[in-house]
Amino acid sequence: MEYEVVIGLEIHVELLTESKMFCGCSARTFGEKPNTLTCPVCLGMPGSLPVINEKAIEYTVKTGLALNCNIAPFSQFHRKNYFYPDMVKNYQISQYDLPLCTNGYIEVEMDGHSRRVGITRVHLEEDTGKLVHVGGAGRIAGAEYSLVDFNRSGVPLMEIVTKPDIRSPDEAKAFLQKLKSILEHLEVSDCNMEQGSLRCDANVSIRPVGSKELGIKTEVKNMNSFKALQRALAYEVERQKEILEQGGVVEQETRHWDDVKNVTTSLRTKEYAHDYRYFPEPDLVPIELDREWIESLRVSLPELPDARKKRFQEQYALSSSDASFLTSSKALGDFFEECMKSYSDVKKVSNWMMGELLYHLNAANMEIDECAVTPKHLVQLLKLIDDGTISGKIAKAVFEEMFETGKLPQIIVEEKGLTQITDEEELTRIVELVLEENPGVVEDYRKGRERALGFLVGQVMRLTKGRANPQLVNKLLRERL
Amino acid sequence: MELYKLTAHELHKMLKERKISAVELCRSVFSRIGQVEDKIRAYITLTEERALAKAREVDEKIKAGKQLSPLAGIPTAIKDNMCTKGLLTTCASKILQNYIPIYTARAVERLFAQDIVLTGKTNMDEFAMGSSTENSAFFVTRNPWNLETVPGGSSGGSAAAVAAGEAILSLGSDTGGSIRQPAALCGVVGFKPTYGLVSRYGLVAFASSLDQIGPITKDVTDCALLLNYIAGHDPLDSTSLRVKIPDYMKALVNEVKGLKIGVPVELMGEGIQTEVREAIENAIKLLEDLGALCQEVSLPHLDYALSAYYIIAPAEASSNLARFDGVRYGYRTPQKVEDIMEMYFRTRAEGFGSEVKRRIMLGTYALSAGYYEAYYGQAQKVRTLIVNDFNKAFEKFDVLISPTSPTVAFKIGEKYEDPLRMYMSDICTIPVNLAGIPAISIPCGQADGLPVGLQIMGKPLDEETILRVAYTFERNFGYEEKPNL
Repeated sequence: MEYEVVIGLEIHVELLTESKMFCGCSARTFGEKPNTLTCPVCLGMPGSLPVINEKAIEYTVKTGLALNCNIAPFSQFHRKNYFYPDMVKNYQISQYDLPLCTNGYIEVEMDGHSRRVGITRVHLEEDTGKLVHVGGAGRIAGAEYSLVDFNRSGVPLMEIVTKPDIRSPDEAKAFLQKLKSILEHLEVSDCNMEQGSLRCDANVSIRPVGSKELGIKTEVKNMNSFKALQRALAYEVERQKEILEQGGVVEQETRHWDDVKNVTTSLRTKEYAHDYRYFPEPDLVPIELDREWIESLRVSLPELPDARKKRFQEQYALSSSDASFLTSSKALGDFFEECMKSYSDVKKVSNWMMGELLYHLNAANMEIDECAVTPKHLVQLLKLIDDGTISGKIAKAVFEEMFETGKLPQIIVEEKGLTQITDEEELTRIVELVLEENPGVVEDYRKGRERALGFLVGQVMRLTKGRANPQLVNKLLRERL
Repeated sequence: MELYKLTAHELHKMLKERKISAVELCRSVFSRIGQVEDKIRAYITLTEERALAKAREVDEKIKAGKQLSPLAGIPTAIKDNMCTKGLLTTCASKILQNYIPIYTARAVERLFAQDIVLTGKTNMDEFAMGSSTENSAFFVTRNPWNLETVPGGSSGGSAAAVAAGEAILSLGSDTGGSIRQPAALCGVVGFKPTYGLVSRYGLVAFASSLDQIGPITKDVTDCALLLNYIAGHDPLDSTSLRVKIPDYMKALVNEVKGLKIGVPVELMGEGIQTEVREAIENAIKLLEDLGALCQEVSLPHLDYALSAYYIIAPAEASSNLARFDGVRYGYRTPQKVEDIMEMYFRTRAEGFGSEVKRRIMLGTYALSAGYYEAYYGQAQKVRTLIVNDFNKAFEKFDVLISPTSPTVAFKIGEKYEDPLRMYMSDICTIPVNLAGIPAISIPCGQADGLPVGLQIMGKPLDEETILRVAYTFERNFGYEEKPNL
């Protein structure tokens, strides 16, 4: 049977506010010593009270606007009640039936055509603490004991919930990349998936093509990269297909993606629906947003990926796919534009970015803003090629060194003596040597076999370790043949 | 002279004129505590050394000729549900029997800034749930007027301490009458301010939308004085009001001529002890004699106030008390457990008393899926109707008066096994909390040798009119009786 895949995503985004959601503690907790960024409020000490971080509201409204949502003029926090040892109050302050933003969408490009994925809601909540399981390979099952770090407790989390509009694992990945790029352009989050500032859960189900009813879904958690998301969803879709094809029934449950073993495993079965006993948070007064303030935020929104892509196409005459790539993350676009300030060949810059740079980034599993290569490096390298100091081939080697050490290309070229040999006398000597050593090939060429020339150029390059100017070598060889 | 018998404003004058020293005053109160505390048991924690050190500091200030706050050196007791840094704060619960906060409640901090002398932390019903202080996990506090009776609750310790001269001033908290009802039963003055006037930061929450800290004092003047220092906006409490705080001492005017006073019929009917009703009727007569215009008024939805309250308060409490789980602080079961769930179950089963458990269960049920609309949603609607009733009444009247408690202090144990009867103790005070309005209780007579409290309710943020009526009544009624201990 043919199946249709139905995917909805829930994305948690850690906001880039200075302080936490409900207190003045620093929200920049990554890598800090456990339990050092805490106060009575984020520790939920008896008697402590929350105070709303206005910046978090602003960031969420901005996001809502960028995702074409309706912004609620009246919104409210609720308490979501459940017990868990990393949750200081045993309730989480979250939003329930009155979220800040509702009913938006994102245009996602897939294979050259655009699809619209609906956004159900964007709301704000506080993060919980983090359990560190000691023993049992870090997993709760089998751990000897567990420690709690409350640094993250109270960090503002924005939750974005999509409609079940996504139809394939690839589309899920494309959606998440687009969303990430939008959030980066808004500068509301650093969107670092590995550090957990962008976390994605997926609801996956399949149904016979043509069916209107939704199949039984599973919730897949713990996908901390785009690749993981894609692979986990692909695995889960296949798993569900197999079950259905064997006449089985998919169990509604939460599944954990194991990135090493490449499988999802059952985390907990939803035998009973959790009753969170939501009720309006009595410690916080409702949020009433001023229309004018919302409009002023709308006006002040930065350029977003779609607009940037359009501008790149117009301003730099880039193809749609090149422009898409260059706006797929804010850092890439910024890198490109920085290069264009001191260099004019659009094609060369984009080719090098999409070629060497991307290749090395992927190989090193790095983001562009984490690597040592800056626009200054790339532009200098391109200029060295342009003025004939190095060949394109040497440039690739220089790039690799530059990527690893962060040294400027000029320095690398000088240190390693990589400048191109453009000295006619010197090259002539080498050319003559090659001709002497390969009389057979010379003969072939003279008989009209054009390809023999290539071999001879190659030999010159070998002897000069690739430093010979190719045009010059060609010229000298032809003269002597 | 027995300094502990005097009021804060009298003592301030004597301190300023150097007729007495703060240390003398402190010693007087602690020697009184030494005499009567065994009988009353108002305190969970006494802080005598700290108090003396503070008193000495105040004396140094006086000696140095520094400006003296009207509260400086005044021995003050704090209900044990307000956090005091470095000092045991138990909420009279086993689950917090060893809990020492790392910070001080805002209202308490404000008093510390005025150099009050802290006498100790007072007994209460566990987590402020109760009307008799019998629900303390540690011991029962007794009414100074009759040791066989309860002091009321939940701020029973704070009210008894002031009534017995074991403190000059005290702070209580009021969720459904927990300041006013014990003040009435102990023959002292108790004030629940407008919701949001006093910061709740550091007050261990019972029901967040109802709780309010307020003064318990010997007279109305002290009440205004204490209110002056605890009221005010606090950026750490989102429900704290951004309003200018008047000088409440200026509201103490002996004049009620032309003032319109409403008497809600719903609070004068069935269930009100005859002698209590008579005392209130006499009070009304006195106020009329002084020129006030008194008239009956109906607030029809008050009949539903108790029901709504016993949905809303437990609902919020069930959530507020979820943090006491044995993971981070407080009591944890010493028994061996299989997993975290069992640890939670045992800790909470062993740590909470029966009244607290009763309300947690009530609240959990009321908020459960499928029951929310029928209970919590409905109760919130009733709450709105009650607010509307009050608004309507206040279009016509400046204040409303009623008994504070339907009865005088009852016998220890009398209602303990009958929660519904106990809940009725707060029938006159609960509507005020639901509406968030201010109200005071002042002594207005005796029945069976026990004090009767008169409740005066006012418009939101109109503490001044309440104080004025209370002050006028106090001056002209002349309640001089003291408990015989």
